[in-house]
Amino acid sequence: MKYLSKLQAILEDGHFAVTTEIGPPKHASAHGLKRNAQILKDFVDAANITDNQTAIVRLSSIAAGVHLLTGGLEPVVQMTCRDRNRIAIQADLLGAYSLGMRNLLCISGDHQQFGNHPTAKNVYDLDSIQLVNLMSRMRDEKKFFCGEEIKEYEPRFFIGAVANPFADPFEYRVDRLEKKIKAGAQFIQTQGVFDMERFERFMEMVRAKGLDQRAHILAGVIPLKSWRAAKFMQTQVAGMIVPDVLVDRLKNAAAPQSEGVAVCIEQIKYIKENIKGVHGIHIMAIAWEDIIPEIVRQAGLFPRPEVELD
Amino acid sequence: MIIAQQKNIKDIAVMVEACEKVLLVGCAGCVTVCLSGGEKETEILASALRIMRKLAGKPLKTSTYIATRQCDPEFITPLEKLVGDADAVISLACGVGVQYLAEKYPDKWVVPAQDTLFAGGSTEHGRWDEKCGLCGDCILHRTGGICPVIRCAKSILNGPCGGSQNGRCEVDQDMTCAWQLIYERMKALGRLRDLTAVQPLKDWSKAMGGGPRRMLREDLMAK
Repeated sequence: MKYLSKLQAILEDGHFAVTTEIGPPKHASAHGLKRNAQILKDFVDAANITDNQTAIVRLSSIAAGVHLLTGGLEPVVQMTCRDRNRIAIQADLLGAYSLGMRNLLCISGDHQQFGNHPTAKNVYDLDSIQLVNLMSRMRDEKKFFCGEEIKEYEPRFFIGAVANPFADPFEYRVDRLEKKIKAGAQFIQTQGVFDMERFERFMEMVRAKGLDQRAHILAGVIPLKSWRAAKFMQTQVAGMIVPDVLVDRLKNAAAPQSEGVAVCIEQIKYIKENIKGVHGIHIMAIAWEDIIPEIVRQAGLFPRPEVELD
Repeated sequence: MIIAQQKNIKDIAVMVEACEKVLLVGCAGCVTVCLSGGEKETEILASALRIMRKLAGKPLKTSTYIATRQCDPEFITPLEKLVGDADAVISLACGVGVQYLAEKYPDKWVVPAQDTLFAGGSTEHGRWDEKCGLCGDCILHRTGGICPVIRCAKSILNGPCGGSQNGRCEVDQDMTCAWQLIYERMKALGRLRDLTAVQPLKDWSKAMGGGPRRMLREDLMAK
């Protein structure tokens, strides 16, 4: 097998990838996940499934992945370092691979203070870079995190990580990205881009170090439904930069939702056409998955390419 | 040093409500320096408890003693007579001192007057900040003398995480991002290269979580 996953095949064959993000439900039914898979499967190459995002308890990322897979949509399993120690992480990822998951996104995870169990103890036995590193080693050297040999059937994930060009210290974000790539990250998803100028500066530094040649960078975009959503992102979400001009544009729009979609499409087109080194787009339509087909169509990214894994 | 904060006096009073005579034991160590359990605070607490009980119509007798250190058997042995006369002992030391007293005087009701908070120091008058996580495996030589284990809310060893903006931690805007500080210091020292190495997994077995830790120095032990 030449490629570990469809997402890897898309990226390494040189296509401009389209991924999205699905937050599992706060209940124990798969009906919404199945519906999402049905709506999205022809419009995106893969879908991240968040792992208790913002530290709110939800149906597990791996279990949700099974439902997407059954529905014909390739999952990217998110694994945070907040809730599991090195033993649980390895056990769950062996299980995920056995269930057909092939993409893995390693992240620190939002602090539990933001969630619905703020008094929980966090784990952080390892951090996201260590997780990337040890999962790559597990695949390439057939070793558990402790160094013990995996005799057969080692999990072989296409491994990704995230980068936030809007967090500080700005220049060091590129060094840290390099560290993630050095640790083994093969694809990188960025935080939602609203401040295009800052993202361009970030990508300039990324290209200067040749990082875009060493990993596939997918720029994050977030379609906004209203100026209030923009304001919330601007003021309440750590690690985001939302320019005032965007908030005002949505505020003055007659139809805020279609304006939000228009903004998102402009962003995708701009990134695709003008910012070198970006290999795909990651659309985070937080609880607004229905809008993704329209965005993908209007951004000129439909139909999605067919790829062979072998 | 250990930083401790006195409990609400009402909570302390409840712990000894059945007693007629209590001994309050302060400590001349850390809690004197952080102004929560030294001589002055011990006397104030004793008189406050007496006033409360007098107003409640159930007077309380108190005696006080300041141990040089409560975390040392040598300094709590001289208390024997005072302890014998009291119905209960209120310790104003950190959690270590309370346990030393309880162990030394197994027949006596020993209660804590303090909440033991952290290992840290004073950063301005009236303010103390946590600096050391007592993790048992110091890495300050790799992080510019700033501890991410305790000063980063996620204890991240390859930080900063994506929530760091304008030098602030995502958890609290009043909290400085430890990794921002590490970055700035390493940059100023011309050692940013050191931060490019992927830091290995931490050995948490040397930290809490594996039961109480012990340090042995055979060269100092009785043969």
